[in-house]
Amino acid sequence: MEVLEGFAAAPSFEIPNSSDFDGFQKDAIQMVKPAKGTTTLAFIFKEGVMVAADSRASMGGYISSQSVKKIIEINPYMLGTMAGGAADCQFWHRNLGVKCRRHELANKRRISVAGASKLLANILYSYRGMGLSVGTMIAGWDETGPGLYYVDSEGGRLKGTRFSVGSGSPYAYGVLDNGYRYDLSVEEAAELARRAIYHATFRDGASGGVASVYYVGPNGWKKLSGDDVGELHYNYYPVTPSTVDQEMAEVTVA
Amino acid sequence: MSIFEYNGSAVVAMVGKNCFAIASDRRLGVQLQTIATDFQKIYRIHDKLFLGLSGLGTDAQTLYQRLVYQHKLYQLREERDMKPETFASLVSARLYEKRFGPYFCQPVIAGLSDEDKPFICTMDSIGAKELAKDFVVSGTASESLYGACEAMFKPDMEPEELFETISQALLSSVDRDCLSGWGGHVYVVTPTEVKERILKGRMD
Repeated sequence: MEVLEGFAAAPSFEIPNSSDFDGFQKDAIQMVKPAKGTTTLAFIFKEGVMVAADSRASMGGYISSQSVKKIIEINPYMLGTMAGGAADCQFWHRNLGVKCRRHELANKRRISVAGASKLLANILYSYRGMGLSVGTMIAGWDETGPGLYYVDSEGGRLKGTRFSVGSGSPYAYGVLDNGYRYDLSVEEAAELARRAIYHATFRDGASGGVASVYYVGPNGWKKLSGDDVGELHYNYYPVTPSTVDQEMAEVTVA
Repeated sequence: MSIFEYNGSAVVAMVGKNCFAIASDRRLGVQLQTIATDFQKIYRIHDKLFLGLSGLGTDAQTLYQRLVYQHKLYQLREERDMKPETFASLVSARLYEKRFGPYFCQPVIAGLSDEDKPFICTMDSIGAKELAKDFVVSGTASESLYGACEAMFKPDMEPEELFETISQALLSSVDRDCLSGWGGHVYVVTPTEVKERILKGRMD
């Protein structure tokens, strides 16, 4: 058990040394803004859970990366999505992964999605007001079947069948709500998720790159696709050759 | 966020051998929301004179209309087209008129003189002219455009190579900018013809 010491408790950090504690959170979030612009979604359907995300990281108007992994593999049966501060999401998902593994070793069974999401929500709530920026969905398969929770750094934790998080989420919801049915097949669900991400990357300046789609079923998660939306656009909407809207003109030599 | 970055834009002009090219992206957005992907940012003043306007879309259109109006009056009075240098001075004067309440635009002017000598210049929103021999850039992707142009530009390119260079510079630059892109629009102007092309680009 000695080996596990130091992993046992959530790491504790000093509380911010600030006279303006109310203004601190706003400033702190501004400081760690990469991966602010994002589109992620997840939904439960007949066969399991579909999870999808874009891959762009931006700082203001600048695109700092087009190849970010926003779907984090917590364990073979559970995925987390990343929106908000990149470091906060990565760190606390890894931390959650450790806690889930420890639960598995202590109880000889996998943690439920409800339990895992609550572990995360409780940690985030304990840091509330200190500037963490996390908007995540915990999706997985446990003894009760498919599970999906939305968890954020404000302390919120919601159970649901359909979520989208990030700056592109309104656009993704539009496509998702329009095409969603509970009895979708895996192929149909994957296409719906991919299309919702694509449409979000089209409208939202802060989303783009690659649309990755993961599926979580009774046998764990599987990555189904990762399409460059630069190419996806022209597959969905092939361009007709006559896009020139003005005629070519001869210049009369003076 | 600055009012210059409200709609998002990328405009670039390059000089070649007895020719020039001017290119822009096609996005019109409201901050991060993309509204249109067929927005015109380059305007033809006459067959050998083009004006690119980056910055706030509404001001760009208003400024363009005023400049067209004044150029038409000039044509009627003088019975000839305006020289690029003269037009640049006109734009500069109209911008400085609004010194304390400017049009939120950064113009790029590119033209061929009567002797078919290429001319390019850019300005800030209150009319400070900046002439260049090689290339000029403006808009939200201007930093990336400087980098791309600095690396890719060569003096005295023929029209075909100039088109290739300006297109690649534009497309690679807007891929690093959230607020511009969604296709490109390129004009290559030689003494005898104007070639206009729409570029396919990443739509994210």
